[in-house]
Amino acid sequence: MTVTKSETLPIRSGDDVVRVRQQVRALAIDIGLGLVDQTKIITAASELARNTLDYGGGGEVRAEIVQAGTRKGLRLTFEDQGPGIADIEQAMTDHYTSGKGLGLGLGGAKRLSNEFHIESTSGVGTRVTIARWK
Amino acid sequence: MSMDGADVLKRALTEDEAAILEAWYISLREGTSLQSGRIREAELQTQAKAVFGQLRDGLSSGGVDADADSYTPLRENLADISRSRAIQGFTPTDTANFVFSLKEPIFEALRRKSAADASALAAGVWAAGKVLDRLGLLTMEVYLASREEVIGRQGQEIAELSTPVVRLWDGVLALPLIGTLDSARTGVVMENLLQAIVDEEAEIAIIDITGVPTVDTLVAQHLLKTVAAARLMGADCIVSGIRPQIAQTMVHLGVELNVVSKATLADAFALALRRTGRKVVRQQATVTGEHR
Ligand SMILES: Nc1ncnc2c1ncn2[C@@H]1O[C@H](COP(=O)(O)OP(=O)(O)OP(=O)(O)O)[C@@H](O)[C@H]1O
Ligand SMILES: [Mg+2]
Repeated sequence: MTVTKSETLPIRSGDDVVRVRQQVRALAIDIGLGLVDQTKIITAASELARNTLDYGGGGEVRAEIVQAGTRKGLRLTFEDQGPGIADIEQAMTDHYTSGKGLGLGLGGAKRLSNEFHIESTSGVGTRVTIARWK
Repeated sequence: MSMDGADVLKRALTEDEAAILEAWYISLREGTSLQSGRIREAELQTQAKAVFGQLRDGLSSGGVDADADSYTPLRENLADISRSRAIQGFTPTDTANFVFSLKEPIFEALRRKSAADASALAAGVWAAGKVLDRLGLLTMEVYLASREEVIGRQGQEIAELSTPVVRLWDGVLALPLIGTLDSARTGVVMENLLQAIVDEEAEIAIIDITGVPTVDTLVAQHLLKTVAAARLMGADCIVSGIRPQIAQTMVHLGVELNVVSKATLADAFALALRRTGRKVVRQQATVTGEHR
């Protein structure tokens, strides 16, 4: 698998979350994703960007266009140096929220993506990677 | 002996103040800022004179480093000037030229003073260039930051403007949502809607999300809260304009709005009329049956 394009965007404010969505939309169109798939990856990105901001205390996302054979995909890696998630299984459970959310962001992002990977260490930070393939 | 550029420059500024200012005024007068009437000549000259004095003060103890403490009053003054120009709608060129147009008159003065001493002239020109370039850049930085502030504020104003509550019929309101629903904006939207429900004694409120690009859990939560609050005020909500791709995404997210939804605002309106005991009928084509 090769990375054909890579860019990093900061996630420090609500405006940044909007910019992440816009950039993900542009890249999704770039690799030719249809309207439904575009909407799915944009929505997943919105969830993860807001988690990075609200719980991770801010961070960044690396957006990459990847190619495996003739298939193109969009891979997004959200990273923060926040408090981390002590119990990942609990965090992934639908309707679990430690804040005032619906508790559907992580599970939803997983269901909206073709690939989903989360690593987190208490006191170190959190990294979530998702991908959507054409 | 090597010539100190700052000293050469300082001397020129002190001894040739009147001539430099006069030449600077002329060049400012020719600039577009005056022509466009955004600023009066007297005001421009007052600013120029103050800046000139502060420049000389900065030079006398800070050398050619425009970031030095001795330049603080000048930097602050320029920042103020720049900020007000950004707000008044000056172009970037106009704003930058305020400082840069001082170069030529200073170079002229240096030439007059040090015509016979090439190394002093070179040192003076270098010093003037260094200080004025830095100050010019600073002016631009402040200008850009202020423009961004202006844009940010406009964004807020648009957010408030673009959330009108429309009365469709007695007791039937519509709230067409357009654009990004961040928390700040949704607060305004919700308040507007609830107030309108009270004012109009509305029975039904149609929330149309055709213009909302992304419905994530935050937007869904805002919608849920709005629907719940409307219910407490005695109005039922109908959500319209959920596009197919948004509907699919919401299913994957797992959010349920638990509210009646319709594909289009028109469908929602028809339902609202029916619910409030009204019906829209096509007028009979009466012409054919009429005797003339
Ligand atoms: N980057 C992160 N750093 C630390 N904790 C996190 C991070 N992302 C998620 N969490 C934890 O996982 C929980 C579940 O996240 P999820 O996105 O599923 O729900 P939510 O953000 O609480 O609500 P919603 O996303 O539905 O608005 C959060 O409440 C939070 O405690
Ligand atoms: Mg979340």
